[in-house]
Amino acid sequence: MKEKSSHKRLTSNLITYGIVVAAFVIVQVLGATVGLSSSFQGQLIPICSYIVMALSLNLVVGISGELSLGHAGFMSVGAFSGVIAAAALQQAVPFAPVRLVIAMIVGALLAGVAGVIVGVPVLRLRGDYLAIVTLAFGEIIRNVLQVLYVGVDEAGLHFSTKGEAALQLAEGGRAIIKGPMGATGITKLATFTAGFILVLIALTVVLNLVNSRSGRAIMALRDNRIAAESVGIGATKYKLMAFVTSAVLAGAAGALYALNYSSVLPKKFDFNTSILILVFVVLGGIGNIRGSIIAAAFLTFLPELLRSFNLDKWRMLVYAVVLILVMLATNNPQLRGFLDRIRGKRKQEGEEESTHA
Amino acid sequence: MPERQKTKLVPVPSPNLIPERDVDKSPILEAQHLGIDFGGLTAVNEFNMAIGRTEIAGLIGPNGAGKTTVFNLLTKVYQPTRGTVLLDGKDTHNMNTVQVNKAGIARTFQNIRLFDKLSVEDNVKIGLHNQMKYGTFSGLFRLPAYWRGEKAAHERAMELLSIFDMQDLAGVKAGALPYGAQRRLEIVRALGTNPSLLLLDEPAAGMNPSETAELMDNIVKIRDTFQIAILLIEHDMSLVMGICEGICVLNFGEIIAKGTPEEIQNNPEVIRAYLGSGKEA
Repeated sequence: MKEKSSHKRLTSNLITYGIVVAAFVIVQVLGATVGLSSSFQGQLIPICSYIVMALSLNLVVGISGELSLGHAGFMSVGAFSGVIAAAALQQAVPFAPVRLVIAMIVGALLAGVAGVIVGVPVLRLRGDYLAIVTLAFGEIIRNVLQVLYVGVDEAGLHFSTKGEAALQLAEGGRAIIKGPMGATGITKLATFTAGFILVLIALTVVLNLVNSRSGRAIMALRDNRIAAESVGIGATKYKLMAFVTSAVLAGAAGALYALNYSSVLPKKFDFNTSILILVFVVLGGIGNIRGSIIAAAFLTFLPELLRSFNLDKWRMLVYAVVLILVMLATNNPQLRGFLDRIRGKRKQEGEEESTHA
Repeated sequence: MPERQKTKLVPVPSPNLIPERDVDKSPILEAQHLGIDFGGLTAVNEFNMAIGRTEIAGLIGPNGAGKTTVFNLLTKVYQPTRGTVLLDGKDTHNMNTVQVNKAGIARTFQNIRLFDKLSVEDNVKIGLHNQMKYGTFSGLFRLPAYWRGEKAAHERAMELLSIFDMQDLAGVKAGALPYGAQRRLEIVRALGTNPSLLLLDEPAAGMNPSETAELMDNIVKIRDTFQIAILLIEHDMSLVMGICEGICVLNFGEIIAKGTPEEIQNNPEVIRAYLGSGKEA
């Protein structure tokens, strides 16, 4: 039985990897043969970064069982620090892919630091309180970015909160981040291949974590904190581990996202974006890794799809309707019964085993 | 709340119920003057007890006597208001639940607390958490240490499950197990932490007489195999009188009797606590 269960888990993980790889290959083949519409092509990198965002939020919401409403905050930390790193290294590292990787690593690390700073006090709170504080964090980060000015010249980076003039840039220097105008003049470094690799890395990190000693500790704390502590699992360490890992992945996704555009506004990473990512996770199924990927890809592409039918103004309405339909469908006894009949054989086996005891 | 008293260097009134084979060794657990108040209510007071290294001890008493509270005090779910708990001679005063478990006390719960959504095997592996040595890094990148650690944990988990013949259930979700099997799984999970003292809170609750008889054999088997001490709370007197070597009776938070099963059965104080006195009735 054990061999069977670990085998089942392995198969399930391989299917998830397979779906991601297959999607990448299909898009590449289509791009090379039929050609893709430019609007679809423009969506590829955002889809990748939203998939990583959904995966990382699922680590907190699904695996660790804490509701976080400020995930866009970590994305913005990654985005803006990634942009600064890419701009600062323009001369030093002329090879674009390497600069992209460095930018993503810097974004990931700084988001991780933000994760520690937020996580240490916040993870002492539970339930609704945690949600409220993470929400506040997302708003604080956005407001800080609204007044942040960063420039670069030969002397290095300059920071200010007073305005572009206060940066006192030398001749030939330029401002990278201009407060409410956001990051401008970004050299587009992100590629679909880089996005695909980042998705694979995020997927590997999440799946490997879940199936390891630390991941089991995180899930144990989610299912029953008192029991977990009674077998010697410290809550703070593992809650923080899930939270910071999630922030790191979100930071990398943010850097990828920002380096796909010529300019990025702080406003982009507001409460709506946090909720959007949460919708991916909820729609895909809380704790369901494969579901998060599919939901993020589908819902990011959905507005483009609606635009071709001139329905894009109805996007939020369609989201709501889709969400309600999914919730109704998953709670529908007839549909459940139908799905159970499909899975009937497996189910029977499970019941037989449990009646043995 | 009153100040927590320092350990008094006065002789504890007859804490010894230790079976003869353990007498020469220091007790694994010693509770001295242990007590806790919730607001104005004294839930447990002057709780003194010593448990031998391989003893099976029982803690009984009517409902609401404070038995589970004693477990919660020993495992530091509650911090005691008064008194000291010595585990293997070490004061547990500054420890929390996690540290107490690492120091050697494992427990089960009266209202079962399993990790319902995880498989039986994962539940046991969570119990093995602190016995597994590979770190998060090895886990994330699947280094050789990960595979070695997981293989060892799998084998150990199967070995522990075999105590209750539960190997075949390894892949089943813990929440889907029947009630009796859930109670057994809790014991297996607790054993995974490699304890020197196992606290069982009503292990036979909800079991039929034949299941209870099997459980009694298994508790003795666990003691003999692992050479550990076991303290159990139980209402099923056939179990308590059948396997416990020393019994401690609690009523209204205070110990009213201590002794061997025979002594307890004939103790008038105990009979009064359980059945009420003739006058009141």
